[in-house]
Amino acid sequence: MGREPQQVSYTVEQLVSVNPYNPDILTELENYVNEQVSSQTYSLDANLCLLRLYQFDPTRLSIAIVVRILIKALMAMPAPDFSLCLFLIPEPVQADEQIKTLIVLSHYLETARFRQFWDEAAKNHSLLEVVPGFEQAIQAYAIHVLSLSYQKVPRPVLAETINIEGLSLDKFIEYHVANSGWVLEKGTGRSQLIVLPRNEFNHPGLKKNSSDGMPFEHITRIFPVLS
Amino acid sequence: MASSYDYDDGSLDTRYARPPSSGQGGGGAAELSYDPNFVPDSVKTFVVHLYRHIREKNVYEIHQMYEGSFQRLSDRMFRENPWPSVEAIAPYVDNDHVFCLLYREMWFRHVYARLAPTGQQRVESWDNYCSLFGVVLHGVVSMQLPNQWLWDMVDEFVYQFQSYCQYRAKLKNKTEEELQFLRQYDQAWNIYGVLNYLQALVEKSSIVDILEREKEGLEQFTATDGYDYEGGTSNVLKMLGYYSMIGLLRVHCLLGDYHTGLKCLAPIDISQQGVYMIVIGSHISTIYHYGFANLMLRRYVEAIREFNKILLYILKYKQYHQKSPQYDQILKKNEQMYALLAICLSLCPQNNIIEENVIIQLRDKYNEKMTKMLRYDDEAYTVYDELFTYACPKFITSSAPVLEEPLINYNQDAYRLQLKLFLYEVKQQQSLSSLRSFLKLYSAISIGKLAAYMEVDESTMRTILMAYKHKMHSVASDGKIIPNADIDFYISEDIIHVVESKPSKLYGDYFLRQILKFEEMISELDRVKLD
Repeated sequence: MGREPQQVSYTVEQLVSVNPYNPDILTELENYVNEQVSSQTYSLDANLCLLRLYQFDPTRLSIAIVVRILIKALMAMPAPDFSLCLFLIPEPVQADEQIKTLIVLSHYLETARFRQFWDEAAKNHSLLEVVPGFEQAIQAYAIHVLSLSYQKVPRPVLAETINIEGLSLDKFIEYHVANSGWVLEKGTGRSQLIVLPRNEFNHPGLKKNSSDGMPFEHITRIFPVLS
Repeated sequence: MASSYDYDDGSLDTRYARPPSSGQGGGGAAELSYDPNFVPDSVKTFVVHLYRHIREKNVYEIHQMYEGSFQRLSDRMFRENPWPSVEAIAPYVDNDHVFCLLYREMWFRHVYARLAPTGQQRVESWDNYCSLFGVVLHGVVSMQLPNQWLWDMVDEFVYQFQSYCQYRAKLKNKTEEELQFLRQYDQAWNIYGVLNYLQALVEKSSIVDILEREKEGLEQFTATDGYDYEGGTSNVLKMLGYYSMIGLLRVHCLLGDYHTGLKCLAPIDISQQGVYMIVIGSHISTIYHYGFANLMLRRYVEAIREFNKILLYILKYKQYHQKSPQYDQILKKNEQMYALLAICLSLCPQNNIIEENVIIQLRDKYNEKMTKMLRYDDEAYTVYDELFTYACPKFITSSAPVLEEPLINYNQDAYRLQLKLFLYEVKQQQSLSSLRSFLKLYSAISIGKLAAYMEVDESTMRTILMAYKHKMHSVASDGKIIPNADIDFYISEDIIHVVESKPSKLYGDYFLRQILKFEEMISELDRVKLD
C-alpha cells in the first residue's frame, strides 16, 4: 500500500469521531493498533472504539490485538487507561494467560511495587518486547510518581524504581541533570541524593494559595450577569 | 425517568415472566374485557384536543395534557389494560401519521410502566421508535413539543433498550416460541441501531454547533429553553439532539465505557446553567451518570462536587414534584447518589466541599457504613459491594444472545465484571486508609518510624507512600494532574513532611452562588412579563 502513515491515522481518527458505531471499521482499527505499536504513537479513543466493537461482536475479537492495546494502555500511566480497557473486556477473555499477566503487572504499577514489577516484566520479556518503547514509558511513569512524592530521593530508591543500576544509572542521572533540572547532593552517610525539580506536589509552598482562590471556570459562570 | 417503575431488579422478576399465552397482539395483561378497538369518550376527547394543540403549536396546553390528562386517564381507566390501539383512535385525528407515532410511543411507555411488555410488544416499540426518529431525522417536522415529552422519549428509548438486553439475556425459562421470536427479530434493539440513532440525532440537529455559537453570543438557545417563541420553528430535532447527548452518556455507562460517555457529554457545560436542568429528570440523569463515570475514573473530587450540588438541589426542590409521575424515580436516584457519595468519601475523604444539609442527610443514612468502609477489613468489602450494587447503573451485555443449548441466564455478567473491577480498585487502596490516619497525627516523621508503626518494612513503606500519591492524584481528560487528597506529604530523603490543606471559610463561592440565584430570579420575573 502506498499510503503515507500520516494520511491513514488522520482518516482513522476521523472515523472514530464521526462513525464509531460501525462494525465495518473494525479491521481498520486493528491495523491502527499495529501502527500505534510500530510508530510508537497512541490513541485511547480509537482503541476504546475497537474494544467496544469487540464487545458488540465477540466472534471477531483478537486476543493478540487486545494484548497490544493493554500494553499500550500500561504505557500511558498514570492515566487510568488500563482500567478503562479492562471495563470493556468480557471476563472469559480476561482469563487468558497473557492478559492475566498484564493485569498482574498493572497491579504492581498501580500500587507502586516497582521492584516486583520489573521482576515480573523480566520473566515475561517475550510478551512485552512486541511493543517498542515499553521500558522507557514505564520509567517515565516511575519518575512521575517519584516527582510527586520526593523532594530528595536516595539513589538506591531511584535505581530500584526505574530498574537501572551502575554505570547506566550514572549516565541516566547525568542526562536528567542536564535536561530535566535534577541536582545531585550528598545525603547522610555517603549516599547520593537526587534532588528533583520543584513542583506543586512535592513542594507545598508552591501549592496555589487556596485561602479564597477559586478556579477561573467558576467565575465565568457570572460573566453573563456582569455584562 | 418517564414514570414510577423500577429499573430491572431481581425482585421484579415477575415483570419479565413469561407472557400469558393467550396474548393477542396488544393485550399485555390479557384481561378478557380488554378490547383494543373500543375508544371511551374521554379518550376520544383527549386525542382530539391533543392533536389540535399540537397543530396549533400550543406548547403549554400540550404539556398540561401530556403530564396531567394522560396520567389521570391512565390512573382512572387503564390501570390494568393498555390504551386503545392506535388504529382505533386514528380516525379521530385525520389518520395523521406523525400523531399516530407519538400516540404509539406513549402507548408503549404506558405498557412498560404499568403492565408487563411481551416480546412482541418490545419489538413493535422498537419499530415505532425507528419510524418516529426516522421522521424527525428525514422529514421536516414543524411542531413544537414540551421539553418534558422530548426528554421522556430519549429516556424511555434508552430504558427500553436496557430492559430488552436484560430480557434477552435471561434464556433459561424462555419457551420455544419466545426463542423463535428472538431468532426472527434479531435486529430489534441491536446495539448498533441504538447508538447510531442517538448519534444521528446529535449530528443532524447540529446541536454541538448551536451550543458553540451560543457561547459566542451568536445564538439563543438556553435563554429560550430551546423553544422558538418568535419564529415558531420546530424544537423537536434540536431538543432530541440535545437530550441524545445525555442518552449517549447513559448507554456508554451501561457498556462500561466511561471515558467515551463523558466525551459525548462534553459539549454540555455542566458548570453553567443549561437546558439539561429544565426537566428535572434530565438534570438528575446527567449528574448521576457524570458522577458515576468520574468515580470509575478515580476522579473522586469531581464526582463528590457534582453529587453535592445535585443532592442539595433535590433537597430543596423535591417538594414541588410530589405529584409528578417522576417522583418515585427522583427519590430512588437521590438515594443511589447518597450511596455513591458515601463510597467516594470513603475512598477519598474531603473537608469542606460538601454542604451542611447534605452532610446531615449522608450521616443519617450512611454513617455506620462509612465507618465500616474506612476500616478496610473483610466487612468493609461487603459494604462496598452492597453500596455499589445498589447504586450502579444496570449494566448490559451488548452482544446478541447465543440461542442454542445450553440456555443460561447471563444478564448479570456485565454487572459482575464492573463490580469485580471496582472492588479490585478498592483493594488496591487498602493500605492508604491507615496511612492517612497516621499522617493526620504528625507534621514530620521518619520513614523508619512510620514503617514500625504500620508494621511493615521500610521498602514496603516507601511503596505505600508512592501508591498513596499515585492513587490520590487523578488525571483529567486534558492530561493535567489533579490532587484529590485532603492530606498530602512530600519526602526529603528519609523524612516525611505532612501537609494538610487547611479548611477555610470560602466566601467567594458563597457570593457566586447568591449572584447566580438572584440572576435566575430576575430573569424568571422578566419572563413573566413576556407571557
